[in-house]
Amino acid sequence: MNFDFSEDQKVLRDSVRKFLQNESPLTVAREVLENKQSHSSHVWNGLQEMGITSLMLPESCGGFGLGALDLCVVAEEIGRQLTPTPLSSTMYLATQALLLGSDEAQQQQWLSRVSEGSIATMAAPLDGKKTPLPIFEGGVLNGKAALVPDAMSAEFVIVLAQDNSQQPVWVVCELSEQVERTALTTIDEARPFGALNFNNTLAQPLNKVTDALALLDKVRNRAAILFAFEQIGGADAITEISVEYAKERKTFGRAIGSYQGIKHKLADIYTGNQMARAHCYYGAWALDTDGEELAIAAAGARVSACRAFNYAAQESIQVHGGMGYTWELDCHLFYRRTRQLSLILGAESQWNERIAKELEVKFLSPQAKA
Amino acid sequence: MDFNDSKEEATFREECRAWLNDNAQRKERPDEVFGQGLSAEELMQAAREWQGRKAQAGFGAITWPEKFGGRGGSPIQEVIYRQEEGNFKVPVGAFNVSLGMVIPSFFVHTKSDAAKQHVHDALHGKELWCQLLSEPGAGSDLGMIRTKAERCTDGREGWIINGQKVWTTLAQFADCGLVLTRTDPDVPKFAGMTTFYVDMDAEGVEICPIRQANGEAEFNEVFFNDVFVPDEQRVGDVGAGWKVTLTGLMNERLSIGGVIPPELWRTTMKHMQESEMTDGSSALNDAQMRQQLSNLYLDAQGLWLLQCRGLTALGQGREPGAELSVAKIVGARTLQDFSYFAMDLKGTGGILTAEDLGDSWRLVEQLWMGAAGMRIAGGTDEIVKNNVGERVLGLPPEPRTDKGKTYKELLV
Ligand SMILES: Cc1cc2nc3c(=O)[nH]c(=O)nc-3n(C[C@H](O)[C@H](O)[C@H](O)COP(=O)(O)OP(=O)(O)OC[C@H]3O[C@@H](n4cnc5c(N)ncnc54)[C@H](O)[C@@H]3O)c2cc1C
Repeated sequence: MNFDFSEDQKVLRDSVRKFLQNESPLTVAREVLENKQSHSSHVWNGLQEMGITSLMLPESCGGFGLGALDLCVVAEEIGRQLTPTPLSSTMYLATQALLLGSDEAQQQQWLSRVSEGSIATMAAPLDGKKTPLPIFEGGVLNGKAALVPDAMSAEFVIVLAQDNSQQPVWVVCELSEQVERTALTTIDEARPFGALNFNNTLAQPLNKVTDALALLDKVRNRAAILFAFEQIGGADAITEISVEYAKERKTFGRAIGSYQGIKHKLADIYTGNQMARAHCYYGAWALDTDGEELAIAAAGARVSACRAFNYAAQESIQVHGGMGYTWELDCHLFYRRTRQLSLILGAESQWNERIAKELEVKFLSPQAKA
Repeated sequence: MDFNDSKEEATFREECRAWLNDNAQRKERPDEVFGQGLSAEELMQAAREWQGRKAQAGFGAITWPEKFGGRGGSPIQEVIYRQEEGNFKVPVGAFNVSLGMVIPSFFVHTKSDAAKQHVHDALHGKELWCQLLSEPGAGSDLGMIRTKAERCTDGREGWIINGQKVWTTLAQFADCGLVLTRTDPDVPKFAGMTTFYVDMDAEGVEICPIRQANGEAEFNEVFFNDVFVPDEQRVGDVGAGWKVTLTGLMNERLSIGGVIPPELWRTTMKHMQESEMTDGSSALNDAQMRQQLSNLYLDAQGLWLLQCRGLTALGQGREPGAELSVAKIVGARTLQDFSYFAMDLKGTGGILTAEDLGDSWRLVEQLWMGAAGMRIAGGTDEIVKNNVGERVLGLPPEPRTDKGKTYKELLV
C-alpha cells in the first residue's frame, strides 16, 4: 500500500500551485464573477502552455498519456484558487466521455484540439435525472440542452441526445454560429452556465458506446472524484483564511481563535476536511485503476467533499463576523463555489444513496463474503 | 498511489492468515465477540495465553525493535495482522495499554537491569502493565497530579510513594504499572514530575475496582500508602516524568487500528434486514435508513483511509500526526452512532439487552456504553479539539492562570 501521490505528482502540484498563486489569485475569480466573463483566458492559456490540458490525453492526440491521478492533483489546486477556467467542462466531462466512448480516430479528431487549448463541454443531465434530450436524426441535432457548463466559451460539445426511437445516443458537434447559446444567471458567476439550442446542427455519434446511460454514469463517477478534489482544495483554502483571521481578530482582549467556540468549530472543519481528503485519495486510486470500487469510491469522495466544503465555507462567514458578510471579503466566493459544486452533479443525498446501493449489492451477493 | 498490498505485504498477510487458521477459530459473523459467558478472570487468562502464542510466533509486537523482542516490522504489517486477526474469534484489547503505550515508553526511558526480563514477560503475556496517570483531581490536566514520591531518608536508595490514582484500566489484573508522581512541588507543574514502575503486589499498593457505567469493573482506584520503590525503578530522569508520559501517549495515537470492528457496514445492514418499518417493509428499503447507513460507512471507511494516510506517512519516514489527530474523535462518535442506529431500528424492542436479543446483540450493547467511555479515555473530545486547534492549526491557547507558577502556588 502506498496511499500518496508520487514524487512526480508532487512536483506537478508545486508548479501548478506556484503558477496559480501568481496568475490566479482570488482577485481573478472575483473579476470574472463581477464582470460576468466566461473565464480567464490568460490563466487558461497558461495552463495549456504548461501542458495541463494534455495530461490525461493519449499520446496520439498530443497528450502525455498519464492516468487520472495527475489531473486530481491539478483539480485540487484549481479548487484552492477558485480558478475561473473551463478545465472541469473540458477535462472532467467532455474529455472523459471521449476517452470512454470513442475509438482512436475519433479521439484524435477531437482530443488533439483539447491539447491545443480548445474548450469543450458536455450537454447531458449531469444530475442523472430524466430530462428531455435534444433529438439526433439523420446526422443532425435539434432541440434544447439546458444547464450546460461553460456553454458560452466552449468550441465543441458532447451531447446526450435521443434518436428517433427515443433511445439515448451520444454525439459530438461543433458549437458553431448556428447553435444558439443563452447565458444563464447562476449563484456562482465565476463558473458560468448556459443553455444551447440546436438547429439542424451537424453531429457525429460517439463510435464506441455500447450503453449510453452507463457511459453517463461512468462519466459522472469520474467527474465526481475530480470535482471532489476541487472541493477539498477549496475547503482547505477557506479554512486557512478563517484560521488566519481567528489568530488576528481580537475581542474582549484576546484573539477569537483562543475561544473554544471558534477553536472547536475550526477543529471540526479540519476534521471534515481530513476525512474528505482520505475519501478523495481513495477515489483517485479507484479512478486510476478503474476497478469495481469506482462507484462507491466516487460517491464517498463526493459526499464527504460536499459536506466538508459546505461546512468550511458556511462557517467561514460566521468566523469573520460582519466582515464575512461583505462583498469585499472572499468568503462569499467560497460560499458560492461550494454550493455550485455540490449541485453540479446532483444533490448530496442522491450520492449518499449510491453508497447504500453499492453496499447493498455487496451485502446481497453471496460470494463477496470471503 | 497503490491501495492494494505490495508483494511483500501480500506475503506477510498470507503468513498471518496461515498462522491464524492453524491457531484460532474463524468468526462466523463479523460482529461475533470473543469470550461469551467467560468471567473477567477467565477472559484475562485467555488474553494472556493468546498473547503468549502470538509472541512465540512473532506476532506479539510487530513494530517493536528486534532488540526488545519485537519483529522490527512496519506499522503497515501491524495493521495487516490486526485486519486478519479481526476475522478470528480471539481475545483482543486486553494488552492495548500494556504493550501499546506503557511498555514502549518504559523501554525507551528505563535504565533498570531488570527491564529486559520485564519487557520479555510483558510481550509474552506473562506480565500485564497498567498506566497510572489520572487522579481524582487531575485527568485532562495531568500536570496537577498530587501523588508524591519522596526520597527515602532511612538510608535506602529509593523513594516512598503516597497518593491515589483513579480510572486505571485493568489494574486489578496488572503485575506492574508506570506511575506518574510529583517529586518537586517548587517548580512549574510539568517540570516537577517523575515516573517509576511499581510492582502492583508491593506492600502499600491497594487496588479497588470501580463499577463502571456499563456495570463491569475494568478500571480501578489505586492507593499508594508509603510504597517503597528502589531508585532502580525510576524511569527516565528525575523531573522528566512528563516526557516519559508523552512517549506513551504518542504511541497510543498510532493504535487506532483496532477500534472499528471489521465490516461495520455489513453488521449494520444485517440489523436493517431484520427490522421492519411501520408499514411492514424492510428497513433496507427505507430511504432515510439508507442515508444513515451511508453516513456510518463514510465515517468507518474514512477512518480506515485516514489511517492508511498515516501509515503511508510513516512508511516515508514522516510524522503522521496531523492526519491522525482527529481519528479518536471520529472513531468513538462513529461507534456511538452505530449503536444508536442499531437500537433505533429495533423500535421499542431496542430497550432489551443481549440476554433477550441474543449473541448478535452483544456488539451493539458493548459499543453503546463503551463508546461513551472511549470519548473520555486518553483525552476527552474537548481536549483533543483544543490540541487540533492549537497544535495543528496554530490557534492561540486560552489565557491560563497557571502559567509561570510553581505547582505549590497553584494548590492555593
Ligand atoms: C474507560 C476509561 C479508561 C481509562 N483508563 C485510564 C487508565 O488506564 N489510566 C489512566 O491514568 N487514566 C485512565 N482514564 C482516565 C482518563 O484519561 C480521564 O478520565 C480523562 O483524561 C478525563 O479526565 P477527568 O476524568 O479528570 O475529567 P476532567 O478533566 O475533569 O473533564 C471533565 C469535563 O471537562 C472538560 N474539560 C476539561 N478541561 C477542559 C478544557 N481545558 N477545555 C474544555 N473542556 C475541558 C472535559 O472535556 C470533560 O468534558 C480512563 C478513563 C476512562 C473513561
